[in-house]
Amino acid sequence: MSTPIIEVRGVSKSFGGVLANREVSLSVAEGSITGLIGPNGSGKTTLFNSIVGQHPIDSGSIRFEGREISRLNVQKIARLGMLRTFQQTRIFSKMNCVDNLLISVPHRDGEWRDMFRPYQHALREKAERLLEFVGLYSKRRLIAGTLSFGQQKLLEFAMALMNEPKVLLLDEPTAGINPTLINGLIDRLKRANREFRITLFVIEHNMRVIMNLAQHIYCLSHGEMLAEGPPEAIQNDRRVVDAYLGAH
Amino acid sequence: MTRRSLLLHCAILAAAVATPFLFPGHTVQMAVLWMMILFAMTWDTLGGQMGYNSLGNILFFGFGMYVCAVTQIGVVYDVAKYTAATGAIKVDFTNKQYFEGLALGVVFAALACTVVATILSRILFGLRGPYFAIGTLGSAIAAAELTAAWSYVGAGSGIAMPVFPGGPGDRERFFYFMFLVATILCYLFLRWLYGTRFGLAINAIRDDEDKAEALGLHTMRYKTVAWCSSAFFLGIAGALFGNMNGFIDPLEVAYPTLTFGIFMVAMALLGGKGTLWGPILGAVLFYTIQQITWTYLLGWQYIALGVLIIVNVVYFQQGIMGWLKDRKPQWFGVRVEPLPGSAARDGSS
Repeated sequence: MSTPIIEVRGVSKSFGGVLANREVSLSVAEGSITGLIGPNGSGKTTLFNSIVGQHPIDSGSIRFEGREISRLNVQKIARLGMLRTFQQTRIFSKMNCVDNLLISVPHRDGEWRDMFRPYQHALREKAERLLEFVGLYSKRRLIAGTLSFGQQKLLEFAMALMNEPKVLLLDEPTAGINPTLINGLIDRLKRANREFRITLFVIEHNMRVIMNLAQHIYCLSHGEMLAEGPPEAIQNDRRVVDAYLGAH
Repeated sequence: MTRRSLLLHCAILAAAVATPFLFPGHTVQMAVLWMMILFAMTWDTLGGQMGYNSLGNILFFGFGMYVCAVTQIGVVYDVAKYTAATGAIKVDFTNKQYFEGLALGVVFAALACTVVATILSRILFGLRGPYFAIGTLGSAIAAAELTAAWSYVGAGSGIAMPVFPGGPGDRERFFYFMFLVATILCYLFLRWLYGTRFGLAINAIRDDEDKAEALGLHTMRYKTVAWCSSAFFLGIAGALFGNMNGFIDPLEVAYPTLTFGIFMVAMALLGGKGTLWGPILGAVLFYTIQQITWTYLLGWQYIALGVLIIVNVVYFQQGIMGWLKDRKPQWFGVRVEPLPGSAARDGSS
């Protein structure tokens, strides 16, 4: 296993009396595709929110490229190169697809005067290339809000790629997507990982997808880390099967 | 810019320049029309393009007016003594003093409003939706009350502005052209601004601010600059209006929250918020209707305007430009472009 790009150590987070994450630890290797599974309500999205700085954590440490980030806000973490997509797809619904991509350019070293620059031709070309990559090229001038849910998911994925992140956290990338298109999406995720060298950390409910995609999988249950390992080991892990079938 | 659009701009400019000479009796009304257009455009930067509905933009109008007045008087006289006399002191401004004071006053008004907008941004942009609207409304009302209680600037009795040097009709014509220039500059500035990255960024904040943050946008920076640009032009408008009016007071002239303050919102909504031309069309239409009701429905004019606003927000929320966008999306560049060979690869669900 190569060096970890994300290191989560003993993270706890509670909402009122509900303990959503208890002493969760995991690490995501640079360049890998890592999966996060668990039954509904097991704290997967809470953990994602903690990692990207959506809310402060109660205790523990989160490191990104060796740097402690648990006290940084969402924007700063995004500018460091760690991006997330949302479970309930979020795009800029009144803007067209190209504009959705243009606004997603990296804001890492954005200076004050950059706000007032026009978009160079090269960026527009890149936006169109990425729209072609996800198969939305012919719809590039449409208002994003008029696309179907599945297309919006693909658009959100393209927006994430436009941002050139080092790590991309995907919250259920295949939920709501037509089963016949899921294979195409898995292929694109793998290509993003391989060609754009983006580390992927994926929450997924579809077992076929995650077993096919990830090299290493973590399983959460009731806010605690239940098991981890390569896909085959997780598939045959008694505790994981019990958690999903509701043995406890 | 296409040939047709260039011709249209030139025609409007020619008409605008000719107006005070063709209709000398209506110069002030037409000057206020330009101010209304400026109001609607600057409100739309936040309310339409960025999705932050401010009900307190009138604050910058009033603040600019007072900053300009104090500067104009301050360059030749003691402001406290001048205001304490409530117009009884006759101070003769030479032409040079008047115009230098005015120029300095307009610049100070614009800059001071920008500073105030920066400070208010820090405080109020933590609020979203209706809370932001109420927060800004509260700020404007508080500003009016504070001004009304501050005797240095004349408190509730206001300030009699320095008298414009020149013959009858000169003052109106002078301020008409000042408003025309201010509004054109505002239009050109916004036209340029909405074409840069800034324009897309504030649209993104309007559509989904959390997503914009998640992508790493410096949202606070954009919001602050957007409000500062509105405040800058509103400060200039306030400075000019105070002088054209000849007399300023806190509640009726400087901070008319219920008239100008609401009109800005109503005009942008009527024309179609979030577009460059919507607020302009809305301002012209609204102001025309307002003038007609003031002439023919006197006594009922606010009821007529109220009905217009209600009909607008209940049955015609998208406004004129929004309605056009729905009807003729191809005019606004919305279209599906099939690409040979790629259609089969298009993802859909």
